[in-house]
Amino acid sequence: MMLRRVVAMFDERSGASPFVVKTLRYLFPDHWSFLLGEVALYSFLVLVGTGTYLALFFDPSLAHVTYQGVYGPLRGAEMSQAYKSAIDISFAYKGGLLIRQTHHWAADVFVAAIVMHVMRVFFTGAFRKPRELTWVVGMLILVTTLLEGYVGYSMVDDLLSGMGLAIGYGVALSLPVIGGNLALGLWGSPYPGDHTFESRMFIAHVFIFPVIIGLLLGLHLTLVAARHHAQFRRMRRQTNQRLVGVPTFPGQAPRSLGLLFAVAAVLFLLGGLVQINPIWQWGPYEVALGTNGAQPDWYLGWLIGALRLMPGFDVTIGDYTLVPNPFWGGVLFPTIVIGLMLVWPWVERRITGDRRVHNLLDRPRDAPVRTAFGAAFLLWVVLVFFAGSADRLYVFLRISYTSMTWIYRVATFALPLAVFFVVLTICRELQRSDALEADREAAEEEGERALRAASPQPLTPGTERATAERP
Amino acid sequence: MRRLGRWLLMAIVAALGWARHREGRGADADAGDDGRIVPAGDPEPGAEIAVLLLLVAATLCAVGFIVVYAIDAIGNQTQLLGIAIGACFTFLAAALILVGKRLIVTEENEEEYPPAGHPEEQQELVQIVEESGSRFTRKRLLMTTGGAATAAVGAALVTPVLSLGPWLDTSSLANTPWRRGLRLIGSDGLPMFADQVEEGTFYTAFPEHANHDEIGAPVIVVRLPPSALRLPAERAGWAPGGVLAYSKICTHAGCAIALYRTPLFPPTSSKPAMVCPCHYSTFDPASGGTVIFGPAGRPLPQLPLYVGGDGVLRAAGNFSGPVGPSWRDVREHPT
Ligand code: FES
Repeated sequence: MMLRRVVAMFDERSGASPFVVKTLRYLFPDHWSFLLGEVALYSFLVLVGTGTYLALFFDPSLAHVTYQGVYGPLRGAEMSQAYKSAIDISFAYKGGLLIRQTHHWAADVFVAAIVMHVMRVFFTGAFRKPRELTWVVGMLILVTTLLEGYVGYSMVDDLLSGMGLAIGYGVALSLPVIGGNLALGLWGSPYPGDHTFESRMFIAHVFIFPVIIGLLLGLHLTLVAARHHAQFRRMRRQTNQRLVGVPTFPGQAPRSLGLLFAVAAVLFLLGGLVQINPIWQWGPYEVALGTNGAQPDWYLGWLIGALRLMPGFDVTIGDYTLVPNPFWGGVLFPTIVIGLMLVWPWVERRITGDRRVHNLLDRPRDAPVRTAFGAAFLLWVVLVFFAGSADRLYVFLRISYTSMTWIYRVATFALPLAVFFVVLTICRELQRSDALEADREAAEEEGERALRAASPQPLTPGTERATAERP
Repeated sequence: MRRLGRWLLMAIVAALGWARHREGRGADADAGDDGRIVPAGDPEPGAEIAVLLLLVAATLCAVGFIVVYAIDAIGNQTQLLGIAIGACFTFLAAALILVGKRLIVTEENEEEYPPAGHPEEQQELVQIVEESGSRFTRKRLLMTTGGAATAAVGAALVTPVLSLGPWLDTSSLANTPWRRGLRLIGSDGLPMFADQVEEGTFYTAFPEHANHDEIGAPVIVVRLPPSALRLPAERAGWAPGGVLAYSKICTHAGCAIALYRTPLFPPTSSKPAMVCPCHYSTFDPASGGTVIFGPAGRPLPQLPLYVGGDGVLRAAGNFSGPVGPSWRDVREHPT
């Protein structure tokens, strides 16, 4: 009775009941791979929560201080207020390190979940009409997330983040024609920039980018709900017109909420037990300092790899530097990768000439060209990514770094090409065997039917009854 | 004692749950099975008990989190806090998933996908927009003017962004603090004497009185046997006694060059080289900082040196070229 009163009270004042009922009975088709997007969403929630807490302690200022805090090895070191406050979060505030590490892990998992989700959507053709806009918005989320992560670990002002920023500055400078203006505009003065640059990063990391990501996420989910989820065809009831699924409530809600807690559990356990980005080991940043022991977060590895693989040349016309080298790996490569993915739905439409609405998902083999292209493309990016960690391989295996670079330069082009044709062939073979299977089944059915029709004598007791009942 | 408390708590929760359970059943029986939206299912007392226990466990873990936080004497705070809250979430997740899988009827409902488009509404929309402008006669002109106004207002609103930096005046990018006569100060803050510089290692130095946080400031100082030098002719005398100084900032993307490769066995190993740890651009100190490997597009700018009367290394002028990453106005041979 209580519930009825509460519902009446709110409905009479908002008129929301029809909408809420619709939402509660929205159908989710059931497949494990649909959880990837949810994992990303929940990592984002953890990021917002832990990030808000961290912002209560982080001091985005480059003012110089001498560290006198609890962490012995750094006592007496000159550092920025920003770095000091990050050290204090790690050592001086209870629970601070747990939250900081959880935040960092959540960022890594967030991007990983997005990437897996994008792969799921790509290889099942879920981006096709009527879901192209959802795909585009998703891509924008990915790009914003990469920037957000980069700025996040850059504003801590430890040695690693300083090196990352130097590279960012170099990449900004490398834009043809406008590079110098852009870099000076963003940094305020030549690297390491004006002291306000720290505040600029801070507001970007805690407000501008998160708000953009939040709005895009909202738009993404709205678009998903407006067109409903696409589904695999796992039973005959599921067609391009009819959706079969579990309603939000009561079916989906507890599972999804359970996933939220599972994601949070994993992130907090990682944050508590597995060290990540131990900034006190890197030490404070100075322009003249560098180290080769540190690696950036995984989701920037592909850019490091691309920067490293490029042979050394700037494109100059006479004395005018048109294209400085970091442009290739730092700007052009990611633009091509993201750009190609953005336009892929329309490219595929062009190739196949297919303009119909698709609510049924493909298995990868159902679209050999797409799958082959996707596999080759993925391998291309992955190879470049691994080229970014060739120096680790050098440390472990002692293969000459120079020869590895040359191997990668060739492999990044040769292997994807080979994989394209291999995957294409595999998909076509699978399709062929599928078709054979279907043919055989059809033929068997046909044969049985023919037999039944031809012989008036009943073959088995079962068929006897069947024929007997026929009028 | 504590265990007793735990059992007590569990008993209370279980009792409450049981009472609710009975109540719920009664209500169901009243409503009857007709007209249900969510189909009925059989009770699963086992799963229910399991969910109860999981919720109790989650509660205990959350309390544990607070206890660990509150008691200073407990060490390993980060790990214990992480385990407590992580375990709490794990139990909650397990409870919810159990609820979803075992205690809620799995419905597999059907519904039509929404239609691909709404032709009528599309038509309406177009009509509304088109018909509302019927009193305008100079549509084109108005559109153009309106567009211009919008653009101008937009431009005006973003103009303050120009204050972020000198967007147009890029001359500061070429600044370095080095002048003829400035002494080299080592990273220990002391003047760098020429005969202190040894072969096989590298030193970092700054111009005296300069701000270290400036990319034009730091140089890397190395010594090679004078016979090994192959500097361009116009740089003769830039390396007194084989001591060379180069900008420490990589010409690729601006990292600090922090590695110096020295031959382990000179006859067969590769020559000494300055290496950037970011993307492994490798520069040859003997021949004026030329790139021998890696993505850098320009040689490392060299700083001409001389030894003052006091034996301290001094700059004999500014760098041989622009410092730091390449950009539009970088000129290899400044005019
Ligand atoms: S910054 Fe030195 S190699 Fe890229």
